[in-house]
Amino acid sequence: MAIFDEELSRLKEKILEMGALVENSIKDCVKSFIERDNALAENLIKRDHLVNALDVEIDEECIRLIALRQPKASDLRFITTGMKIITDLERMGDLAVNIAERALELNKEPSIKPYVDIPRMRDIAYGMTRDALDAFVNKDKRLAMDVIMRDDEIDDLKHSIISELIFLMLEDPNIICRALRIIFIAQYLERIADHATNIAEMVIYLVEGKIIRHTTISE
Amino acid sequence: MVRDSIKAEVKNLNFFYGNVQALKNINLDILEKRVTALIGPSGCGKTTFLRCFNRMHDLYPHNRYEGSIILKPDDIDIISPNIDPIEVRMRISMVFQKPNPFPKTIFENVAYGLRVRGISNKKVLAEVVEKSLRGAALWDEVKDRLDKPAFDLSGGQQQRLCIARALATNPEILLFDEPTSALDPIATSKIEELIVELKNNVTIIIVTHNMQQAARVSEYTAFMYLGEIIEYGKTEKIFTAPSEKLTEEYITGRFG
Ligand SMILES: Nc1ncnc2c1ncn2[C@@H]1O[C@H](COP(=O)(O)OP(=O)(O)O)[C@@H](O)[C@H]1O
Ligand SMILES: [Mg+2]
Repeated sequence: MAIFDEELSRLKEKILEMGALVENSIKDCVKSFIERDNALAENLIKRDHLVNALDVEIDEECIRLIALRQPKASDLRFITTGMKIITDLERMGDLAVNIAERALELNKEPSIKPYVDIPRMRDIAYGMTRDALDAFVNKDKRLAMDVIMRDDEIDDLKHSIISELIFLMLEDPNIICRALRIIFIAQYLERIADHATNIAEMVIYLVEGKIIRHTTISE
Repeated sequence: MVRDSIKAEVKNLNFFYGNVQALKNINLDILEKRVTALIGPSGCGKTTFLRCFNRMHDLYPHNRYEGSIILKPDDIDIISPNIDPIEVRMRISMVFQKPNPFPKTIFENVAYGLRVRGISNKKVLAEVVEKSLRGAALWDEVKDRLDKPAFDLSGGQQQRLCIARALATNPEILLFDEPTSALDPIATSKIEELIVELKNNVTIIIVTHNMQQAARVSEYTAFMYLGEIIEYGKTEKIFTAPSEKLTEEYITGRFG
């Protein structure tokens, strides 16, 4: 079984490689907006194909392992969880690209105000993503639970961003286009955090063999 | 939710080959019209356990049982010395690892159990033989050569003939000890399909060292190690999220 163990650890490394790419995109997409750095945004959009390529490669590897190694118990849970995690990671990469696209649009015009809550949302979403992947690698159920709990902060921040922007739009209709793009960014960040939450929920399945999706946590 | 009903209750079962204890305090319910798989490393006691169910061990004087196996619905203890092993074997039949037809015709192999019981009515015998061969998914392949020697059949056909022979006495439980280990993949999948079909009418316990086979045919799986049941539960649970570390190690091939 040594060969299979090697295959599994290579699979894990590939998933982490994909995770690292997505983590960087989450960091950079908001940075390109806050620091009005078009080159950073363009670069991020250009490297999204790497995430897509890893998605396909990992998917194929998982299918191969299922067919040839007939994984069972925790091996089976690891591979099926891996397959689902990369789907979430791929979507997170797309959302980071969407944020970079909005950043390129926003960078053409003066900024409405100094942004505090968007970087904060980003920091939380980034932390959730990193911790969800750490929890996956270390089969750490507590950390996964912790990630799931943080999802509420993201929702609160998004709502306060939207209320503030509505207020500003009422005051000055000239900013509506820009404000809407920022609302989109908040929305995308919230979705990124949702995907991180999905990953954390799958980690709990990986560890416990119990699917907790679509239930509420009662610990 | 419909609860499965119990066909046999194994209680505090110990088994000894002379001074060697091969089974240790086994407790488990075999569920009616379900397939229960026994898995575990070589020498863990699967065959020994299976053989308790039809009193095969009685053939050797130094073997000894302790505890009970209560057969439902009439609650007889099938390992009690007061119960006639012949009686038990009429209700609980065994199919072995290697096909072991008798050196007789196909017809006589299946009719054997009935003849032993003194049934000689030709019409009854013919009916039961046909029904059993159909039940073993062999009828269409042999109906025109029932009077030919059983040894003319292929290995897979011989094994289905042995299943037909076991079915002829209308048993309540069928025991299979690695029934496909001598067969090729096609013959194996025929036997597996047959097992899944048979459970509509009979309770099945199968020993297998092929874990994919256990996963394919059984609803319940017991993992044995050193004469003990380490874990027993729904097959899908055992194969996706076993509770015991030993089971996990065995199932994922990281044992020992
Ligand atoms: N006739 C026998 N006499 C003494 N010991 C036996 C006999 N048959 C089996 N054993 C021992 O009992 C244990 C269980 O054997 P068995 O039931 O055949 O295991 P399995 O079917 O799981 O491979 C083994 O240690 C084996 O050596
Ligand atoms: Mg055996």
